[in-house]
Amino acid sequence: MIVGERKPFSEIMSMVEDYSKILIVGCGSCVTICMAGGEEEVTILGSQLRLAFQKNKKDVEVEEAMALRQCDDEYMNESALIEKVKKADIVISMACGVGVQHATAFFNRIVPDKPIKVVPGLNTTFMGANMEVGIWEERCVGCGDCVLEKTGGICPITRCAKSLLNGPCGGSSNGKCEINKDTECAWHLIVERLEALGELDRIKPVEMYKDWRSSHDGGPRKIIREDMRI
Amino acid sequence: MTEFEPKIIAFCCHYCALAAADVAGKMGLQYAPNIRIIRVLCTGKVEIPHLLKALESGADGVVVIGCKFGECYFREGNFRAAKKLERAQSLIQEAGMEPERLQFDFVPGPGAKKFADILNGMTEKVRSLGPNPTVN
Amino acid sequence: MKSGSNLERLLERGEFVVTGELGPPKGPDAEVVKEKARMLKGNVDSVNITDNQTAIVRMSSIAAAKVLIDEGLEPNMQMVARDRNRIAMMSDLFGANALGIKNMLCLSGDHQTFGNHPEAKNVFDIDSIQMIYMVKTMRDENKVVCGDEIEGDFKMFIGAASNPFADPFQYRVHRLAKKVEAGVDFIQTQCIYDMKRFKEFMKQVVDMGLHEKCKILAGVTPLKSVGMARYMAANVSGIIIPEELIGRLKGAGKGNVATEGIKILCEQMQELKETEGIAGIHLMAIEWEHRVAEIMELAGFLPRPTP
Repeated sequence: MIVGERKPFSEIMSMVEDYSKILIVGCGSCVTICMAGGEEEVTILGSQLRLAFQKNKKDVEVEEAMALRQCDDEYMNESALIEKVKKADIVISMACGVGVQHATAFFNRIVPDKPIKVVPGLNTTFMGANMEVGIWEERCVGCGDCVLEKTGGICPITRCAKSLLNGPCGGSSNGKCEINKDTECAWHLIVERLEALGELDRIKPVEMYKDWRSSHDGGPRKIIREDMRI
Repeated sequence: MTEFEPKIIAFCCHYCALAAADVAGKMGLQYAPNIRIIRVLCTGKVEIPHLLKALESGADGVVVIGCKFGECYFREGNFRAAKKLERAQSLIQEAGMEPERLQFDFVPGPGAKKFADILNGMTEKVRSLGPNPTVN
Repeated sequence: MKSGSNLERLLERGEFVVTGELGPPKGPDAEVVKEKARMLKGNVDSVNITDNQTAIVRMSSIAAAKVLIDEGLEPNMQMVARDRNRIAMMSDLFGANALGIKNMLCLSGDHQTFGNHPEAKNVFDIDSIQMIYMVKTMRDENKVVCGDEIEGDFKMFIGAASNPFADPFQYRVHRLAKKVEAGVDFIQTQCIYDMKRFKEFMKQVVDMGLHEKCKILAGVTPLKSVGMARYMAANVSGIIIPEELIGRLKGAGKGNVATEGIKILCEQMQELKETEGIAGIHLMAIEWEHRVAEIMELAGFLPRPTP
């Protein structure tokens, strides 16, 4: 899932302090699971903002709302939510970067008579897995050309700090990456896994250059399923 | 001028804390007048929004009282509560409030004297901090 | 000949070569490069020029290499995968050839978090092994990566690094084999202190016949102090320093530690000369260039053969 973290309170405050009708919209999908932008976090931010404004004797309305997902119009197309958006003069979206952008576009389309400003409440970080309660780790960078079959299910693009396809480098030590002793050397893991599978020969030939066009380096990507479009 | 009497909300767990409150009552132990006790099955059930809402609604301080670590009826509810309190303290500090307005403490069951001491201590601490700065 | 460089010709002839190393300055002062070059001239066969080593910004390897050529020495230009994509690499390689650079090393490069600009974006478009293959293709097929013909003749003697002490140990020789398959001409190893482990590695190398397909130079660095030994052992990946060596340094007594370090180095150099599969030494006397002449003299490696 997409993992993010709530922005520091001071940063959020600096984005909204000059407004008087603030709406916080949370997202019920990825950011709820990684405990960054779901209902509870929306409530918390709402309380923090109200406490801070009250302390400074500012008369500010802070409203709260939820959308199951902000990356799909149909989940935001609810009259209750849209009414709240109309009343606000600024919206804090607690969704990931995708949701913030998509919500901005959607709200501005659905409320044509005034421009709606949507600001991000989170710093979206990576695509990762929940390792244990409270710990998430990056696992995929979306390179568009998955090599996991060759590397025993361990991604060298994501988990190797140098994205080597012919690793490990000389900095691998005791199974750890040179950049951080808490980071496992991906290639060390790959070698071990392939050995266990009896597939170490797979990485003996030189792996050729990667075509980065399928990755983000080729610009913002798009997928169109013609069979879904009438 | 009348002295400021802090309004304290005390989330008390059903097991040790409430038992302590009961015994304290029977023993006639005095503690500060403006305490509102809210019973929870276990302090683990207290969520951060509850703590923040308590302050938003005008409480001057909030204390969460549970069982001693290792004696929680639900095993780790009190550990979770303590962690949440820590986070809540930093959240209110971000918003410009003194983190000491939120406290976690425990009583041995049924530690009536400790119970009274906690509430009195919290009241004095909050008295020195002053009224909730967000209440106008 | 792959490039006709001095290094290549000496190795072809079966001479036991010694390469040195030079770190460019953190600025544009070519004089610094010239001074170090003068200390190394005549004492080593060719000189590695590091490429923003430890990700700290320094004069580029290609520029410093040209300064060296003008001083009458032969450079081994280093190129890391961290800072350049394949386009910039091939472009720099054309330029290197035009400036008379004939030897280079293909390296991954230390991650930028080690350097003075950890906030920079890294590149890693291709890795060190793909780089070796790329340079070989440029030289032997006269083509760039996409297959376009190169205008003119591109020549280069291709080197790479090998760290026999990194993990996983059992895989290191296979990684060396990959570099050989990709087309490497010479290898320089990480500096050696643990002779026993190194010899185990070389045995595997010889068993696989890799020493016949590329020339292997054993890396050495003199230990200047006990502090230096401990620092390297703790912080540089793959450096294992046996307690016995530390003991010798300690036992040397105040003021004599560096001399003992040089003595140990000379012994190592002799032992490596006798080791099967080793074609030469790569002497990394970082910030000790002024003692290279003395070291080479003491080790009995002077005068250097004329190419």
